[in-house]
Amino acid sequence: MGETLIRAVDGVSIAIRPGEFVALLGSSGSGKSSLLNLIAGLDRPTSGSVVVQDRDLAKLSREELAKYRLLVVGMVFQSFNLIANMTLAENVELPLRFAEVDRGLRDDLARQALERVGLRARMNHRPSELSGGEQQRAALARALINRPKILLADEPTGNLDSHTGTEIMDMVRQFNRELGMTVVMVTHERPLAERYAQRMIFLADGKLMDDRPNSVSAGNIRGEA
Amino acid sequence: MKIPDITELALRNLRESMLRNSLTTVGISVGVASLVAMLSLGIGLQQLASRRLVKSGLFDTIIVTSRRDLRGRDEDRNAPLPGESRILDEGARQEIERVPNVIEAYPDIRFVTELRFDDKPHLTVISALPSSAKSNDAFEGMQGRFFSSDGAAEVILQKSFAEELLGKAPARGTPEPNVRDLASPLLGKELVMRYAQRAPSQSQPASGTAKVGSPGFGALDDSSYSVVSREQTLKIVGVCDLDPESMRGPTRAKVFLPLKLAESLHVMQPTDLREVSRGPNEQPVYSSVSARVKSPAQIQAVEDAIKKMGFTTFSLLDASQSLRTFFKVLDLFLGIFGSLALAVASIGIVNTLVMAILERRREIGVMKAIGASDGDVKKLFFAEAGAMGILGGFTGVALGWAIGRVINLGTNIYLKRQSLPPDNFWSVPWWLVLSAIGFSFIVSLISGLYPAGRAARLDPVQALRYE
Repeated sequence: MGETLIRAVDGVSIAIRPGEFVALLGSSGSGKSSLLNLIAGLDRPTSGSVVVQDRDLAKLSREELAKYRLLVVGMVFQSFNLIANMTLAENVELPLRFAEVDRGLRDDLARQALERVGLRARMNHRPSELSGGEQQRAALARALINRPKILLADEPTGNLDSHTGTEIMDMVRQFNRELGMTVVMVTHERPLAERYAQRMIFLADGKLMDDRPNSVSAGNIRGEA
Repeated sequence: MKIPDITELALRNLRESMLRNSLTTVGISVGVASLVAMLSLGIGLQQLASRRLVKSGLFDTIIVTSRRDLRGRDEDRNAPLPGESRILDEGARQEIERVPNVIEAYPDIRFVTELRFDDKPHLTVISALPSSAKSNDAFEGMQGRFFSSDGAAEVILQKSFAEELLGKAPARGTPEPNVRDLASPLLGKELVMRYAQRAPSQSQPASGTAKVGSPGFGALDDSSYSVVSREQTLKIVGVCDLDPESMRGPTRAKVFLPLKLAESLHVMQPTDLREVSRGPNEQPVYSSVSARVKSPAQIQAVEDAIKKMGFTTFSLLDASQSLRTFFKVLDLFLGIFGSLALAVASIGIVNTLVMAILERRREIGVMKAIGASDGDVKKLFFAEAGAMGILGGFTGVALGWAIGRVINLGTNIYLKRQSLPPDNFWSVPWWLVLSAIGFSFIVSLISGLYPAGRAARLDPVQALRYE
């Protein structure tokens, strides 16, 4: 097949502070999603390190990485990735099953999480019965159910119209502010990043192009000052 | 993940692709059914055969004699010499009865005497039966009934003697007479048995007595006794079709008395002449004692124990042993054939689960992304395989049970047409049910090994990219 090694993320060195809202920008194939996967513990770097809360993800075992994904990070995806044959409540409580939380507590937490994203009434529906925005809200509820420190979002508005996208992004920003959650969002829409992120990191061909605070964002205190 | 959660998710996944998973489960249940049907027939046949053997009494009886008896002298060089051998008296009988695994030991009372029926004399061998003989297979198909009590003045005739009494000499070429036809004119009738009673010499000699004493001069010592001629009326209560004493060859009896009655009669037996040389003896002395053993497998041990006591023993070689070996091999073959279907079914499980991985690739990726460990994914697929195994096991046992029943029924209909008695050729013991379900479960888990491992190793990044 003549495989050639492609460096998806090459020599990128960044530091993200707790509570930051960071946007990873770049065209497709720029390595932004690969970088997100490294932070998410879904992938491992061939060299270098990803240090989260003083732990190098590159040195964790598969089991420890799974624990990390379960408890430290929450993920939302462009295509929502809800499990089709489960109701919203079941989807949302799935991470709690992996965390071996008791059923009674699980039900309560799932209900609360859906309440928070405004889907309490839809908890017994299946994802296919919901709109895209609702599905992404459910995915957000699932990402937050284990109270992670970091929320990772991979083109969260990519499949949504702009109105719904805004709704989702407002919600993400709310979590960032109210819960003090670090948010790392991959997007190729610069306006979206400018509107919500505090800091923008530009990637191209796997290399870091630019890393600067967002001067436009309303969320940026310095920008407002 | 906790086991209830795994089970719940697995069952949910199974329900999702209902058709495919049901078909796979049906495959397993057919495999289990063939295994159960094959083995249940094998076990049933084995039970039938050994039931017959045990009931025949051929292989669970040891005949014990004293070495003073001439029987068996040349057969066993290690046996004690005649002079050292013990006397087979009541004490010895009780001792034999106490040997482990011996159910009972009863004296063989056997004598040749004259029976009068319709004022015609008939000479025959008579023997005594303990009440436990009632369960002997030889009395299957008997007309009339077994002795009402152990001391009743009743008699059971063997078919051939019944023919003799009725004056129907068996002619060559004619079919054997039906036992029912022979029994009807005889049942309830009376016979008169004439016999020689051995009485202590102190008693008043009756007419026609002869005195027998020790050889030599001590004709009036303690061991001498008189022989008195007696008569006893006996009621015919049964006529048996088969031969209860087939193992005894030419000395087998044609007429049977209850044991207690026979003992009380003190009939002079052929061996008595030799026993007088033994000096004073208050206990009854027997020419031989039959010891019934719990199962044919214990014959050897019991025989050895009795030989150690100083007696000679005789038993038929345990034919059931080779029979058991035969059935072990038969069961093994039937089991292998049955398992083949299960092996094919297990490939079905592998196939179904591998397909499920392909279909649910993205779902596996999502689960991993939100925190499922390799172990969680593996357990989930294992649980799906195991659930199909258990489900298939249960339905398979039910199906196999039904198949066995139908085969049994069909065979019995066939036997009936051939005018043979129906029997049970088929047995599903509880251990077969449990082990069939367990086996199906284990085979399914083994089949799940590869798919589960593959699902667990799936790279989440690639799995998420999969559409």
